[in-house]
Amino acid sequence: MSALEQTPPTSSTLERPTLSLRGVNKSFGAVQVLHDVHLDVYPGKVTALVGDNGAGKSTLIKSIAGIHPIDSGTVEFEGKPVQLNGPRDAARLGIEVVYQDLALADNLDVVQNMFLGRERKRGVVLDEASMEEAARDTLTKLSVRTLKSVRQLVSSLSGGQRQTVAIAKAVLWESKLVILDEPTAALGVAQTRQVLDLVRRLADTGHAVVFITHNMVDVFEVADRVAALYLGRVAADVPISEVDRTQVIELITSGRSGELGLASDALED
Amino acid sequence: MSSNTLTAAEASGPHKPAAGFEGDRHDNTVGGAVRGYLNKLRAGDLGALPAVLGIVVLGILFTALRPDTFLTPLNLANLLVQSTPIIVLAMGLVFVLLLGEIDLSAGVVSGVCSAVLAQLLVQAGVAWPIAVLGAIATGAVIGVFTGSLVGIVGIPSFVVTLALFLGFQGVTLRLIGQGGTVPVREPVIRALANENLPVTLGWILAALVVVAYAGFELWRWRSQRSRGLAHQPLLLVVLRIAVIAAVVVGVTAILSVDRALAAAIDLAGIPYAVPLVVLLLLVLTFVLSRTSFGRHVYAVGGNAEAARRAGINVTRIRVLAFVISSSLAAISGILATSRLSSVTPDAGAGNTLLYAVGAAVIGGTSLFGGRGRARDAVLGGLVIAIIANGLGLLGVAAYLNFIITGGVLLLAASVDALARRRAATARR
Ligand SMILES: Nc1ncnc2c1ncn2[C@@H]1O[C@H](COP(=O)(O)OP(=O)(O)OP(=O)(O)O)[C@@H](O)[C@H]1O
Ligand SMILES: [Mg+2]
Repeated sequence: MSALEQTPPTSSTLERPTLSLRGVNKSFGAVQVLHDVHLDVYPGKVTALVGDNGAGKSTLIKSIAGIHPIDSGTVEFEGKPVQLNGPRDAARLGIEVVYQDLALADNLDVVQNMFLGRERKRGVVLDEASMEEAARDTLTKLSVRTLKSVRQLVSSLSGGQRQTVAIAKAVLWESKLVILDEPTAALGVAQTRQVLDLVRRLADTGHAVVFITHNMVDVFEVADRVAALYLGRVAADVPISEVDRTQVIELITSGRSGELGLASDALED
Repeated sequence: MSSNTLTAAEASGPHKPAAGFEGDRHDNTVGGAVRGYLNKLRAGDLGALPAVLGIVVLGILFTALRPDTFLTPLNLANLLVQSTPIIVLAMGLVFVLLLGEIDLSAGVVSGVCSAVLAQLLVQAGVAWPIAVLGAIATGAVIGVFTGSLVGIVGIPSFVVTLALFLGFQGVTLRLIGQGGTVPVREPVIRALANENLPVTLGWILAALVVVAYAGFELWRWRSQRSRGLAHQPLLLVVLRIAVIAAVVVGVTAILSVDRALAAAIDLAGIPYAVPLVVLLLLVLTFVLSRTSFGRHVYAVGGNAEAARRAGINVTRIRVLAFVISSSLAAISGILATSRLSSVTPDAGAGNTLLYAVGAAVIGGTSLFGGRGRARDAVLGGLVIAIIANGLGLLGVAAYLNFIITGGVLLLAASVDALARRRAATARR
């Protein structure tokens, strides 16, 4: 039942993107945060979404998740145009998001958090046994071994463990696209390692993965593609092999790097 | 129960964990469970401990101070009946408190519903089931109103219910009339707090409760173990069953003794209000711990934003919590009416709400949301009733009664706040 059992798709550049954004705009009141965003995300690939603080990365993924519905533009999922007006719309398509602020309920245990909002039931009664088994299976398949108990309250977990639970929650469902907002931001060396391995494993099992980070080492370690946001615009969306570290940093800080990046008229307004 | 048998059981189970989750196996030993409990205490989650201690200490204290009146079957029956309106009101408040909200109007809502009950019975002369339904429906409608102002309009619940606290006292006054008292002599309503189950029926019910509880707990333990799920050690399960059985049998035995002061009268058996509270406890515990609605109540109280992102309709949960709170307030009002056999214009005012909030918090429900159970209302309600009853027997002046009860609520709230701070620091 888990999407982890999917066979890895063949990776050709002609492959159909799992998600395509075309001309997406989003404003909060008078402030326009996203301008004419184009983005393609491919199955079996990790797309690193980079950009400075306030560039609009979190806003972009909240739009994809249906939390902040877009003002204009089109979203295609597996080639079909879709409307994303709420978290349930996104979940139904197989889009799962691991938020920067994690969005776990501290007073619930690991299993309860992983199934939150989508509990398994027999009649009206919660089917705790089957939820616990499925949660444990998923964690085991992701090779997560640091948890002491799946019935532990989330409030008692370390930052890395919480991150792992949040990621496992996303994978529990038959998800096709997993979006991770700065999953390594607050982690130590060993825990970062574990999460990066987990991210790689997600892509290798056929998921399309969007990975937001400020850390260039992480980008070049796990990403297959890089998309750089500059002041709410996509400055570049290219395979990792076509850019180096200096170029990515330039794209983040100034929106341009040599031939790559935004035209100068876009940079002026 | 040795850890060896457990490992064997897990190895043969269909879902044996490959590695990791060793806690799910270690916790199966009694030592592990005890360690887990101590860790929980240390992290500030005191659970039922303060209430149980409170019941024991206060019980000893009042027995010492009033040896020939406090611990008599007559007074214990009184005390239990006295506690039922508080407990039921507190059960409703648990739902609201779980969301991190407050319902300051719950007491006076119970008053309004009592007034509706009395008017339906006395003025309209309807049969008791219709009057009861009318009172509960009134509570539910009030809950929709309050819940909508909080959940949809977005006014802080503190302000909404403070306004309603005042407003509903006016409604009760209008329904009952200044200075008036509406006597309620309807036999079924009166019987709730004033009549007792036949002694044999009491024993049969008590036995049923114990057997059903033991059967359910043991069945759950077995199925968890056979599927290789996290479970408690058998010894603890058996201990819990033994404690529940002892309490149920003990209370039934005391209440089955003839407690009439005059030899000519027979007064024995469990007051009808008690099994009603037990039934509510079972239903509400089921709702909170076994249904997705209950799960979502905890989630909204723990992290409303996470609940929203998980696709939970947070507004719906908020409104429903107030509907449940106000409907239970109506039932509490019916119990209070039965006990007093009348409704006065100040029904549900005064210290009614303070008692109920105190009961929930003493029982272990957090004022900050996310932690609490239906059983908290029962344990805390008993503590409050013991205080009220004991102070009554001591003949303490009214002013002191207010000060002491207020002090107890503050104490419970301090414990709650300190527990929360501990939990926050324990995590770092
Ligand atoms: N709900 C909101 N209402 C108004 N403005 C918002 C809202 N959410 C984000 N913004 C604004 O949108 C801009 C982009 O914010 P966003 O959180 O998407 O940035 P980010 O790229 O994720 O930054 P960071 O790297 O710091 O996480 C910021 O200027 C922010 O102030
Ligand atoms: Mg962000």
